[in-house]
Amino acid sequence: MNPRQQKKNKQYQDYVKHKSPASNLLKNSICAFLVGGGICAVGQLIVNVGMTYYDLDKEKAYIVSAMVMIFLGSLLTGLGVYDDLGKIGGAGSIVPITGFANSIVSPAMEAKREGYIFGVGAKLFSIAGPVLVYGISSSVVVGLVYYFFVK
Amino acid sequence: MRVVRMGTQTVNLLYPPGIVSSATIVGKKEAEGPLGEYFDEVMPDSLWGEKSWEKAECKMFQQAAEMALEKANKKPTDINYLFGGDLLNQIIAANFAARALEIPFYGMYGACSTLVQCLSLASMLIGSGCAQCALCVTTSHFCTAERQYRFPLELGTQRCPTAQWTVTGAGGFVLHENSSGPYVTHVTTGKVIDFGIKDISNMGAAMAPAAADTINAHFKDTGRTADDYDLIVTGDLGRFGGVLAEELLLKAGHDISGKHIDCGCEIFSIKQDVQAGGSGCGCCAVVFGGYILSRISDSTFKRVLLLSTGALLSPVSSQQGESIPGIAHAVCIQKDR
Amino acid sequence: MDYIKAFITGGFICVIGQILIDKTKFTPARILVAFVTAGVLLTALGVYEPLVNFGGAGATIPLPGFGYALAKGVIEEVKEEGLLGAFTGGVKATAGGITAAILFGYLAAALFNPKMKR
Repeated sequence: MNPRQQKKNKQYQDYVKHKSPASNLLKNSICAFLVGGGICAVGQLIVNVGMTYYDLDKEKAYIVSAMVMIFLGSLLTGLGVYDDLGKIGGAGSIVPITGFANSIVSPAMEAKREGYIFGVGAKLFSIAGPVLVYGISSSVVVGLVYYFFVK
Repeated sequence: MRVVRMGTQTVNLLYPPGIVSSATIVGKKEAEGPLGEYFDEVMPDSLWGEKSWEKAECKMFQQAAEMALEKANKKPTDINYLFGGDLLNQIIAANFAARALEIPFYGMYGACSTLVQCLSLASMLIGSGCAQCALCVTTSHFCTAERQYRFPLELGTQRCPTAQWTVTGAGGFVLHENSSGPYVTHVTTGKVIDFGIKDISNMGAAMAPAAADTINAHFKDTGRTADDYDLIVTGDLGRFGGVLAEELLLKAGHDISGKHIDCGCEIFSIKQDVQAGGSGCGCCAVVFGGYILSRISDSTFKRVLLLSTGALLSPVSSQQGESIPGIAHAVCIQKDR
Repeated sequence: MDYIKAFITGGFICVIGQILIDKTKFTPARILVAFVTAGVLLTALGVYEPLVNFGGAGATIPLPGFGYALAKGVIEEVKEEGLLGAFTGGVKATAGGITAAILFGYLAAALFNPKMKR
């Protein structure tokens, strides 16, 4: 591409960026805060119930609350409700672990027409897979650093 | 002499084919829009009795083809060529419908520019004497397009202001060498134009340069200006892309703002919460077939320049960091020869 | 009281995500990865534990909390088992969550059908 065309392109890209309507950050942030906070409050409720009524220690209560939230996220996605929550809540529904469950169920659900093994089974982690890959891999790095340098 | 080449990109058909009939099928959201009353059939839901959305889109293609044939009083055996396409990988909706229709078939992929791509080729074949009668069909479906290009439907994402909503719609058109019009008199073929936009949620900005380039080429080749047209229609630049295209053309010396409408902006109202407007090759097909064509027939618009614009990317190309190339094809349609 | 702390902590972490979505090219998928990795690293640096002590579920339910569980599990396992713990600790600690994700995810996907958006 000749330099003159490159310059024209750059001018156009800058113009587009400048003129593109921006999302309403304040409104989106408030909604994200409310929805995300609300989901976490539900999680806290489960922690408290676990510790009070089921005599779980704190660590186990956190694990159980994560599992229950994953269940709820999966259920709400299956019922077709979670995407409506996401429309309002934005990051407030993506960041909590319910959003992780949503990103697992949603691609798998629509792949059902391609079968249960190569459709549903294969597509379960098409969006959420990287979370496990990078999360577990970085924890191994932390473990190795801890073993060799801290311990 | 049946055709005259004009300039670098345009062909003037001296014996212009007529658009004999059109058939449009839309989904519920499109039927609830401002042009709802102009469409021939409304699907009851996104599956239309089929087992998958892809199969439903195939049914839309087939039904639009059969309805257009019926309205033109033609049988599949009367058609020399079927030109058709959709947005799916390997254009499976078109391919599998063509299997049922049993008409000699050229499958087309031009993303959202497919409709005018089909009309262009069909018109040139008829205008040059290779064919007497052709059928053009394009379709798009919100669910199949979202699945393939963007996100799973139940994923909780927010749509940004420049995002567009793929229209669930199919349009079929029968063209014939001897008919009472409206007529396709000129065909301008677009080039792939890429100004380096990489944002896949801002297709309008990616396609606007192609639209401007093709309109400019058409004016240059034919010696015409915006004043020679009652209406200049773009397929799916959307609210934002439409403004960009108008500004690019203004820089080139053409003011189309008074004559320009965009199918993506017309098919949905702002109340329907579709951000920048509709998109998809079905968008142009149903708005043109359902609304604009009859306005040409009743002389509301005597001469129209119809463009459809496409973004020629794939999920792989954008993941590899490529920008989004665009293309736009144009046909001149007028009431009388 | 701890509900309010959870609400505020969780809400605050989500607002950071929202800013990234609106102001940068971060897609939701990239946010998920970035937050989990950040959770692992911040826990290793000792910065995330105080947030968990303050916010409870408000810090464990958002995705950095998953990273927190991974990192904490790894460090404890290394303390007990040595080098092998670096490989087993993370998945051991989050086994419940991962298995729940697979099982409930599969069941929901198998039993329900996606619907057209309005």
